[in-house]
Amino acid sequence: MANGSPIQPKRVEEALKPLTRRTFLKGTAATMAGVAGLVSALRPLLSLERGEITMDELLQKHYSQLKPEDMQHILGVLEKKCEREYGVKPDIRDIKPLAGVQFGYALSLTKCIGCRKCAHACMAENNQSRDYDDDVNMSYIRVLELAKGSINVETSDHYYTGEVPKKDKYYMPVQCHQCQESPCTKACPVQATWMEPDGVVTVDYNWCIGCRYCMAACPYDARRFNFKKPTIGEQAINPNQSYLSNRIRPKGVVEKCTFCLHRTREGKYPACLEVCPTGARVFGNLLDPASEINYILKNKRVYILKEDAGTVPKFYYYFD
Amino acid sequence: MNTAKDYLIFLGRIWRLSWQGSWKYNSWMILLGVVSLVGLNAYAKQFVVGLETTGMTNQVSWGAYIANFTFLVGVAAAAVMLVIPAYIYKNEEMHKVVLFGELMAIAVIVMCLLFVTVDLGRPDRFWHLIPPWGKMNWPISMLSWDVIVLNGYLLLNLHICGYLLYMKYLGRKPTKLFYIPMVFVAIFWALSIHTVTAFLYVGLAGRPFWNSPIVAPRFLASAFAAGPALLILTFQIIRKATGYWIGDDPIKLLRRIVQVTLSINLFLLGCELFAEFYSGTYHAASAIYLWTGLHGHDALVPWIWSALFLNIGALVVLMSPLSREFVPLNLACVALIIGIWIEKGMGLIVPGFIPSPLGQIVEYTPSTNETLICVGIWAFGALMYSWMLHVAIPIMRGDLRAAPDSSTSISLKPQPAT
Repeated sequence: MANGSPIQPKRVEEALKPLTRRTFLKGTAATMAGVAGLVSALRPLLSLERGEITMDELLQKHYSQLKPEDMQHILGVLEKKCEREYGVKPDIRDIKPLAGVQFGYALSLTKCIGCRKCAHACMAENNQSRDYDDDVNMSYIRVLELAKGSINVETSDHYYTGEVPKKDKYYMPVQCHQCQESPCTKACPVQATWMEPDGVVTVDYNWCIGCRYCMAACPYDARRFNFKKPTIGEQAINPNQSYLSNRIRPKGVVEKCTFCLHRTREGKYPACLEVCPTGARVFGNLLDPASEINYILKNKRVYILKEDAGTVPKFYYYFD
Repeated sequence: MNTAKDYLIFLGRIWRLSWQGSWKYNSWMILLGVVSLVGLNAYAKQFVVGLETTGMTNQVSWGAYIANFTFLVGVAAAAVMLVIPAYIYKNEEMHKVVLFGELMAIAVIVMCLLFVTVDLGRPDRFWHLIPPWGKMNWPISMLSWDVIVLNGYLLLNLHICGYLLYMKYLGRKPTKLFYIPMVFVAIFWALSIHTVTAFLYVGLAGRPFWNSPIVAPRFLASAFAAGPALLILTFQIIRKATGYWIGDDPIKLLRRIVQVTLSINLFLLGCELFAEFYSGTYHAASAIYLWTGLHGHDALVPWIWSALFLNIGALVVLMSPLSREFVPLNLACVALIIGIWIEKGMGLIVPGFIPSPLGQIVEYTPSTNETLICVGIWAFGALMYSWMLHVAIPIMRGDLRAAPDSSTSISLKPQPAT
């Protein structure tokens, strides 16, 4: 193997040459070249849209620490920004949960015909980004087409086309299960996503850092990420918006189904239920013993998707 | 006051020394600088457009950035493979090179932090992670643990290296109390960074491919193979490129360490494959996709088999007397570094997302821009490490010292010529 030679320490002047005019000039030239390189490398930043990152949003506190007047101010900033960027002035509110309410959702696998009306209604209601008119990629609802005789999602088709329902198929729409033991909120390193008192898991789009750990944690593939600034036409925007649900998201944050909390907290049904032509969807208050959802949970054959993941969903499938 | 002044003079000398080097050193640094800037340029584009410039999707929501991050956490942790022999077994030869491992850990942890940062959709909000201004989800989120252990490990190593180098520069004997406790804390801390990073994946019940207790032990075994292999190569480069003499003993010991860790890694891989393929439950879908392809999708199959053959080939060479020679040893080291890099990225992170929890198969290929960012971070890491060696070695040799006239401060014993 290789061998070495003895080490004699050098004189300090040898190790660290004294500063001369020549080395000084060389150093200056190198520094200038470096700075020029740095500046040209950062040039693309010039095309950053003005006002995309506002000071108000940058220095905003966590949702739990916002006073009502802070929230009012932020809502005003967001409304102006939406008008500036999308040409529509929305009405954004911070709608609070109702006391004594725990929302639950049930869906009949017997009735669902796979028409995907729910997935489209979700888009119309929640202002998701779309690349063309009936693009449902960012919809919070994915409708799976499954072969009769099995309930294994791995054999499902997400991109089925043609007339529905097909004879040998059945359909399973999947959206956020609003899990009681939600792995996504556990994963979030900055508490940007949490469960509200009415059981809805929400995201603060102004606090999310976009690490996407929640997406990795979700067993239902219920979360979507804004890989770019959302694209949505002026006429497609729903101006009735809320802070924790359907306001237009900024680039680089995660979003998800909120059971349309801006509707349901005001006594309306979620958009996906309202549009369903077969009555396959049942939504209500789990704490109300007389509610239809409780009737179903007590009397029907209920199936919980991926119950083995132990997340205790509040979204149930049932058979009529 | 005087102490502060001395320290400032020290920093000034380091700064000046940074700009002095042979033409080889200068060209190497310029090359790395240019590649780093190309990466920075790619990142500036990503910052403006968003992560759409990457190959990631809603289905495969982590890709090359997190894969490189995971691999590098292991490399950083592997510095303990020098620290343990040096400080616990009092191996003299290791003591002379242990600092090179710790310096590498610093550079690599910075690379890890960069890889995580470029993965963020909102890097402008990184302060949400920092208490008391932010709202760190500690102790619930494993990611918050990872932030703590990685930054802690960085600080520990910065302190140990900085303190020892400064004492050497002053010609003083380091006070044990100021660094020995940190060295021992750093040993456990190193294990923790890779264990916590493994738990990041293991904790996800919705991803059966990751939700397995074998992930953490495999992380450690593979890291303690790849890290020392990189050190074997680095030591040879250091002794060729700089005047700093490193004997063969540390390299021999590292070779023996890699023999053991690589064997353990392959054994654990066997255990994993048995569980996945013998029982063949539908939880094995990701493993099937990775190793054989699933429903006609097989983008990762060539990668994982190359990784397997590289690792087995490396082990065979390392176990045979052949690897007492440097050429076969170095080839084996290169093979196993590439093998384990593939295993962590294409073999662990990406297949965890395929198929998706709802059974979709969406394959992933990094985009050009994404690749440039990765290459840029690697170049920047090499730049940092080269710079650290460039200023540390003259201090370790005794060339750069506080007292210019006295040679009494030199404690390095000359090596006997053979």
